[in-house]
Amino acid sequence: MAVNFLDFEQPIAELEAKIEELGHVTSEGEVNIQDEMNRLRAKSRQLTTTIFSQLTPWQVTQLARHPQRPYTLDYISMLCTDFEELHGDRMFGDDAAIVGGLARLDGRPIMVIGQQKGRDTKERVRRNYGMPKPEGYRKALRLMRMAERFGLPLLTFIDTPGAYPGVSSEERGQSEAIARNLFEMSTLRVPIVSVVIGEGGSGGALAIGVCDRLVMLQYSVYSVISPEGCASILWKSADKKEIAADAMGLTAERLAKLGLVDEVLKEPLGGAHRDPESAAAAIKAAVLGHFDTLGKLSPAELVQARARRLAGFGVFSDASA
Amino acid sequence: MSWFEKIVPSRIKTARRVRSVPEGLWSKCPACDAVLYRAEVERNLQVCPKCSHHMRIGARDRLTRFLDPGTGTEIGAKITPEDPLKFKDTKRYKDRLVAAQKATGEKDALVAMGGTLKGLPVVACAFEFGFLGGSMGSVVGERFHRAVEQCIARRAGLVCFSATGGARMQEALLSLMQMAKSSAALARLAQAGLPYISVCTDPTTGGVSASLAMLGDLNIGEPRALIGFAGPRVIAQTVRETLPEGFQRSEFLVEKGALDMIIDRREQRDRLASLLGMMMRLPVAS
Repeated sequence: MAVNFLDFEQPIAELEAKIEELGHVTSEGEVNIQDEMNRLRAKSRQLTTTIFSQLTPWQVTQLARHPQRPYTLDYISMLCTDFEELHGDRMFGDDAAIVGGLARLDGRPIMVIGQQKGRDTKERVRRNYGMPKPEGYRKALRLMRMAERFGLPLLTFIDTPGAYPGVSSEERGQSEAIARNLFEMSTLRVPIVSVVIGEGGSGGALAIGVCDRLVMLQYSVYSVISPEGCASILWKSADKKEIAADAMGLTAERLAKLGLVDEVLKEPLGGAHRDPESAAAAIKAAVLGHFDTLGKLSPAELVQARARRLAGFGVFSDASA
Repeated sequence: MSWFEKIVPSRIKTARRVRSVPEGLWSKCPACDAVLYRAEVERNLQVCPKCSHHMRIGARDRLTRFLDPGTGTEIGAKITPEDPLKFKDTKRYKDRLVAAQKATGEKDALVAMGGTLKGLPVVACAFEFGFLGGSMGSVVGERFHRAVEQCIARRAGLVCFSATGGARMQEALLSLMQMAKSSAALARLAQAGLPYISVCTDPTTGGVSASLAMLGDLNIGEPRALIGFAGPRVIAQTVRETLPEGFQRSEFLVEKGALDMIIDRREQRDRLASLLGMMMRLPVAS
């Protein structure tokens, strides 16, 4: 599959194009083409390393939204076996922007849920660009309760620009659907591990992201509002998205410094889409580790620890303390 | 005017002739354009006496007049905001905080008080919309959390009046996490068997509506309040059409099943006391 390069990756793209051109040239001149290609490949790797070592928050956001980035179902197929997708909220319909079901992770049965984006135009529309409606969140809640009933650990993949802001969503209670999930997840009696694999867009992301351990991929982002949205409100211009991305500190690295993320997983050089298998392997190892640790707690201890964790969120001064 | 009033001039008239009319003695109802005597509007809980339009009311004013007189004790008054991200847009967050504190007299956008309502043990919170649009950051989350803690300790019911645009952007992901924190607190309140009444006032949107404001055992709206997840402008941009009249107003939410009822601000003390009394299985208040 040809890699789609982002604007800041153009120097790499040019080199890669040169390498590809050389590959088509039949070796007849005195210059050893193989040597030249190896030299260029090394240069390309070097350039990628340099560019990726100094990404701005906006560039990371672009990577998090990369059209070739692995999505929830890609990771499920690489991480899990025996996945059976479950459909519908039993009240209104089935939202394709959220997928979920029973699966085995390293042989152990789990419940897995995630937002799902589409790969081509047709699927993107069907998945509503990964923006769930209330029925999506209610399906997720139904699966969470099922996980609790059968004592299955819950794994959630976060990848959404946000909950769908439309007339139908409002009519069916988008706010209530999100709020209810936050409420229920806070006391769910099974371990919850959430992994941000792409975009963590606001309440629409958090609605499946209240957890015991929050893991983020290196080039994923998580924020209260999109950089574009923040820029258009605070700077009155969506063009200031780069500054807004910087100000909000939405990268895994900065969120880890604020103590909001438990583990940041390094991505393959150039991003997860360059080598999905190794990104999946890193996620699998991390999730298994967290499930192991959390599995040692009784349901009561687990819920208590989660309550403490949630109550601890926030930075403020307290003159009475 | 009766013949008696004609000969005996009213006291108010005499007083006004002596004093000059201070600025802002009169205000105009934004809904019906009636010219209103400000003191009367204040007495009427910022509700227009002519058309019953509900104007915004300050958080502290609302709470002290909602709880039994003299019973309100503030919760978390000494918790004040920080600027962990050193956030700066067109202004520094620090400067915005100082300006908002000066303008409202509050340290942050939520005021919480423990007290009684017609003798019932109650904790009441209210958002101050004048403070950065009533946005929820770390202080709002912590005060709400402590309000719930006090409910559990005192076996009190919880009432929260929302007036907010949502999560506070200047605290970024920390604000988002306040949605989880406040919802988790409410789950603990529910487990303790205590009632929570959420009163959504104009406006209640964004991250607050998608957490504590929609989680009431009873969700109640004030008349014509704007309540929703996304703001109407965002929705209009998404669907590229004009929104129907009354969309996302309290009446619309009752029709769609998201609110239990609408209660006029002037009746809230009586009816919330009655509802809480039943939910807490207490005898009829005297």
